[in-house]
Amino acid sequence: MSSPMTPGITAARLPAAELAKNFGDLHAPFAPHEAAVAADRCYFCHDAPCITACPTDIDIPLFIRQISTGTPEAAAKTIFDQNILGGMCARVCPTEDLCEQACVRELAEGKPVEIGRLQRHATDILMAKQRHPYDRAPETGKKVAVVGAGPAGLACAHRLAMHGHDVTIYDAAAKAGGLNEFGIAAYKSTDDFAAREVDWLLGIGGITVQTGVRLGEGISLGGLSESYDAVFLGVGLGGVNALGSEGEDKDGVRDAVDFIKELRQASDLAALPVGRDVVVIGGGMTAVDAAVQSKLLGAQNVTIAYRRGREAMSASTYEQDLAASKGVRLMFNAQPVAIHGNGAVREIELEYTADDGSGLKGTGETVRLRADQVFKAIGQTLTTDGGLSLAGRKIAVTGAGRTSHSGVWAGGDCASGGDDLTVTAVAEGRDAAMDIHATLMGSN
Amino acid sequence: MADLTTNFLGIKSPNPFWLASAPPTDKEYNVRRAFEAGWGGVVWKTLGSEGPPVVNVNGPRYGAIYGADRRLLGLNNIELITDRPLEVNLEEISRVKADYPDRAMIVSIMVPCEEQAWKDILPRVAATGADGIELNFGCPHGMSERGMGAAVGQVPEYIEMVTRWCKQYYDKPVIVKLTPNITDVRKPAAAAMRGGADAVSLINTINSITSVNLDTMSPEPSIDGKGSHGGYCGPAVKPIAMSMVSEIARNPETHGLPISGIGGVTTWRDAAEFISLGCGNVQVCTAAMTYGFKIVQEMISGLSQWMDEKGYTSVEEVVGRAVPNVTDWQYLNLNYVAKAKINQDDCIKCGRCYAACEDTSHQAIAMSEDRTFTVIDEECVACNLCVDVCPVENCITMEAMQPGQVDPRTGKVVEKEYANWTTHPNNPGAVAAE
Repeated sequence: MSSPMTPGITAARLPAAELAKNFGDLHAPFAPHEAAVAADRCYFCHDAPCITACPTDIDIPLFIRQISTGTPEAAAKTIFDQNILGGMCARVCPTEDLCEQACVRELAEGKPVEIGRLQRHATDILMAKQRHPYDRAPETGKKVAVVGAGPAGLACAHRLAMHGHDVTIYDAAAKAGGLNEFGIAAYKSTDDFAAREVDWLLGIGGITVQTGVRLGEGISLGGLSESYDAVFLGVGLGGVNALGSEGEDKDGVRDAVDFIKELRQASDLAALPVGRDVVVIGGGMTAVDAAVQSKLLGAQNVTIAYRRGREAMSASTYEQDLAASKGVRLMFNAQPVAIHGNGAVREIELEYTADDGSGLKGTGETVRLRADQVFKAIGQTLTTDGGLSLAGRKIAVTGAGRTSHSGVWAGGDCASGGDDLTVTAVAEGRDAAMDIHATLMGSN
Repeated sequence: MADLTTNFLGIKSPNPFWLASAPPTDKEYNVRRAFEAGWGGVVWKTLGSEGPPVVNVNGPRYGAIYGADRRLLGLNNIELITDRPLEVNLEEISRVKADYPDRAMIVSIMVPCEEQAWKDILPRVAATGADGIELNFGCPHGMSERGMGAAVGQVPEYIEMVTRWCKQYYDKPVIVKLTPNITDVRKPAAAAMRGGADAVSLINTINSITSVNLDTMSPEPSIDGKGSHGGYCGPAVKPIAMSMVSEIARNPETHGLPISGIGGVTTWRDAAEFISLGCGNVQVCTAAMTYGFKIVQEMISGLSQWMDEKGYTSVEEVVGRAVPNVTDWQYLNLNYVAKAKINQDDCIKCGRCYAACEDTSHQAIAMSEDRTFTVIDEECVACNLCVDVCPVENCITMEAMQPGQVDPRTGKVVEKEYANWTTHPNNPGAVAAE
């Protein structure tokens, strides 16, 4: 067995029991009494700021009141009516930047109502019931293709199926779920929740999932447009940006998303290798997820190097603090210039940066960090545009996800506008579904 | 630290906090613990006549109403008077009183409405050395079905009759405990006074059903699927108790009759309020049953601190201070005009004031795009609902308008002079001001 001190990239740095503990629920579910106490704190605000802050507009005061009056199932319906992936969002939403930031108790005392955990409480209870809580409308005879089985695609498909449409979801991966399944830190989606949630969602009926099918390989947008009455693209961002540094091709340098994916799919965490000295390049959620999980796997030293200052970091303050609390070092204003090593990475050379108002520039001063593993987490890119017009580096959409092609909608990370969050993707998928429904049924 | 020594009917106690006749005072073990904790006195749980002891149900005796975080706001019970033999209770009372001579020891009694029954028990109670008795004319469940407790308290003539017997056969203070399950508490209080009572104590518990089990359709507390109304007490009943106390305190017929205040006393502040409304002391039960005897420490320290801050040197100075300010609605000053004011620094923008005012009151609060809530003086009638629903204490206040200012709602100048309904032009029975 290895230890955190073992040099190189190796597996089993920590005992199985410690790994299990490290990768357990980040926030344990509420016990019923805890939920009651937490729910009692909600003021049932008028035109509540938390609702406004929620990209899916969940009626939060109502669902919390439903919990406090002993009907968590009704609470869950309130949530799912707006956000069918309310279970996952309860786990992964940056609530500290959304509903809980807007909570008046955050303003009043710096301690918001724990909306995320209450949402999980309610959704867990309803999802544990045998029957899917929604019924399909009579079949319309309309067929819709959804490309991408991530949050946007799933939300879109469910809403369409509910309205009686026949939906086929295509996904390039071997499993449905998208980033919920492959791209989120394991401690946020324990006990195979992402897969269970997909199964539960498909319980609505009327949705066929075809995995292992990639747009541009076997299916094309043109072909889908011919075969289906409407197409929704929720393909996400499949590509990863390169560092552009010397030595980027050395062994031990890889994309953070691949590491996270591998970790999520691992049946035995002790078999998963990780470096002794890990450096993660980037400043977003992916960087934090990769860094924290490296640490939890037993890496001795983990550093996040971000080229700008803390205030510019897209990972929330909460996520930064989480990383720091797990022992991850946060290094700001440092950008990679070279990766050194004979075949495999041994050190990474970073240059300090400063912004005097004319843009970020290297100062010329460099520092070398020991590194036997380097994760790149500097953003993802669209890999398939299907010939649609782009806005910036994403598929251009207007209104409820309408693309430049009639009959083709898009939503989630691949589409322009919105934050790249699960909850935003759900909202976009849902809204596109309603627009597709209205269009197909001739009421638009 | 203010001296809390209280002299009630000549009965001295180190503080005005007595434990009411109830489960906490049913036996020597509890009462000794209460005295060790610092309680000024106890009213021993009600004794019945010699004979086979009372029996209680063998299932739940209590039901509850909760606020946030299961904070107990109201409690009801279907327990009867003591179910222990009379002799055992009398022996224990004697022993405890002998060991705690500085504490008040009152014995609660409930025997049938027959002179002989009272004649029999009173000498035995006197022999314990207790400081006085309290007549339980209030218990609303069980015993009342047998013609005792509230069944007596609801008939002023019975109250007067039994009180008179007690004064005849017992030479220490007699306190008559009143039931709130009547329409006008002044009547039983006056009857007790006519019978010679040294004091009244109130309120006893209120007829109540705390909840219904929606699975079994049984009221709670449920005994084998059925429930009976119980006696309601705890913080929730305090407003009812204080109103009744004040009615007796300001009624010319009973004014000056000593009162022992009971009903939801939970903190020193509650006690001070009861005392200000004319009570010579207070009796506590639910708070002790919820939190244990230790709460008396907070009551003692709180009352002392407040009295020091206000410059009161004895409890007696506080007794009845608020009574002159309790009046009838018709004498309230209709020339007094106030407006709600929202302190924007304290406001947390929950909007509850807006919802309450907009949906259920006078549409006198405006809400801006950025959730700034402001009072519309032209609409505000100063009803106080916004103050009451605001989660932040003192964020919304009622500000009195000054004489000479124009009330934007009515367009009228605020008058300096007091004027009430009795002289109001809209009152058909108005008496012209002289």
